[in-house]
Amino acid sequence: MLQLNRIHKVFNENTPDEKIALDDVDLSMNSGDFVTVIGSNGAGKSTLMNIISGVLLPDTGMVRIDGKDVSLVPEYKRSKLIGRVFQDPMAGTAPAMTIEENLAMAYSRNKRRTFRKGVTKSRRAYFKEVLETLHLGLEDRLNIKVGLLSGGERQALSLLMATFTEPAILLLDEHTAALDPSRAELITNLTKEIVGKYNLTTLMVTHNMQQALDLGNRLIMMDKGQIILKVDEQEKKHLTVDKLMAEFQRIRGEQMANDRALLS
Amino acid sequence: MFTAIFGSLESGIIYAIMALGVYLSFRILDFPDLTVDGSFVTGAAVAAVMIVNGTNPFFATVIALVIGFLAGCITGMLHTIGKINALLSGILMMIALYSINLRIMGRSNIPLLNEETAFTTVSSFWEKLGIDPMLNKGLELIGLGDSLPSTWGILFFMIIVTLLIKFTTDRFLKTEIGLAVRATGDNKRMIRSFSANTNMLVILGLGLSNAMVAFSGALIAQYGSFADVGMGIGMIIIGLASVIIGEALFGTKTIARTTLAVVGGAIIYRIVVSLALRVEFLETGDMKLITATIVILALTLPKMIESHREKKRKKQKHKEIMMDIPMESGGEQRAAAK
Repeated sequence: MLQLNRIHKVFNENTPDEKIALDDVDLSMNSGDFVTVIGSNGAGKSTLMNIISGVLLPDTGMVRIDGKDVSLVPEYKRSKLIGRVFQDPMAGTAPAMTIEENLAMAYSRNKRRTFRKGVTKSRRAYFKEVLETLHLGLEDRLNIKVGLLSGGERQALSLLMATFTEPAILLLDEHTAALDPSRAELITNLTKEIVGKYNLTTLMVTHNMQQALDLGNRLIMMDKGQIILKVDEQEKKHLTVDKLMAEFQRIRGEQMANDRALLS
Repeated sequence: MFTAIFGSLESGIIYAIMALGVYLSFRILDFPDLTVDGSFVTGAAVAAVMIVNGTNPFFATVIALVIGFLAGCITGMLHTIGKINALLSGILMMIALYSINLRIMGRSNIPLLNEETAFTTVSSFWEKLGIDPMLNKGLELIGLGDSLPSTWGILFFMIIVTLLIKFTTDRFLKTEIGLAVRATGDNKRMIRSFSANTNMLVILGLGLSNAMVAFSGALIAQYGSFADVGMGIGMIIIGLASVIIGEALFGTKTIARTTLAVVGGAIIYRIVVSLALRVEFLETGDMKLITATIVILALTLPKMIESHREKKRKKQKHKEIMMDIPMESGGEQRAAAK
């Protein structure tokens, strides 16, 4: 479903601030895969998401979705295939517009926008139906401006908007990181529920190791622009936070030893 | 007095179309578009030149609208494709249009006094309907018999045109494309993630905005019977004043309400200016100063009143709470008194 081949991305090339954000990254996801991505700050997780969604174009390498090369397809066109939820709960919705208007915009994601009415009677009924799956009572507040909702409610709505049109790929960029623990849990559960329901091919970045283990069937760990660990479905079932930490120490330790060997 | 207010009602409702255009760029797209100063005159110039050359005035007005649309699109392209700062792209287009307007007109002023304009056509048609005597009789009954307007036709015609544009705008902002335009001004990142080409939407939005501005300019030229290359100076501030006054007075609860508020704001602005000009020591040249003052007041007064109320409320609350806290000695005294 999603293939990344030798993706390379450098920021501020040829300046003292040069930073290799992604270093020959390869990743392949099958339809229905749910991959969680962990890694420290600056590991290249967000850059990876931005390369897939088209916010950034790779310096070299190829992005393929459903077999098609989309490496140079602009962000807005690629969005027809990709649903996204951002870390900032304010980022995924338009605050000055109502809940139903926001849903109507999300509904048009994979369609051609026309001069027909955005919110029709039949659509409103459908929006109500999908909002009910959030169990937040938003279905009774269709005409409320989204800016009046709480962060948790907005993030739940963002998640729904990104998913209910069943995108080919769902990108979740630390989408629970800015919420309090109970709201984060709510969104985590909703994520599990929704991804399962539509069987979405999902890539989720998280800082929370436990969440990375609880969700998804595969896991990758990134560091310094590289994928340093790929855990497949079988291995992931037996993985614990401690094992993961130990693995990280082992890989990085080895590399440090290698570097030392090179230098000496 | 009544004549002055009637006149500002007429012109206010024509300027309201310009204000709706400014509302579209400033509020909906969140784009401070200064093209308005230029495109208003472009509309007037195109209509005036065509009318002088014998074109049907209604057709000329529509062409003015189309040219205004193009001007707005260019500003949009400067900003989105050329990646020029929003304010600067508007200013660049504004000064470019100044020269273009002079080219269109061929000179700095075109009088339309003896030409057939949209309004002379409407007035003569209206006269045949014979409604004026009835309305004037009404005025005479309430004691305004000595300042009868020459025709009611322009006012009624413009009310219909402006409301038509208002309702079309409301309707457009609820279509799928309209929603995307609004989201472009509200949260660009979000609407891009829902497969909307924000560059195209900015260009479209600015095009529509300046189409309305140029349309209004074309009508003002015909209303005042001249087009002048300097008639657009400060137009953006007048538009902004109308939007701000309207929003402050009539509210912004829904889109339909806000667009109506903007129309109301444009009319009220005209009335305020015409009343201000009746003050002895003010001259016509003081117009811009009056406009600036009105905008400054409209921007600062509501906030000042609000913060004053807030302070008062807090002081009151503070007092109430302090009453409940027993003072060391005071408390004892009170206890002793009991």
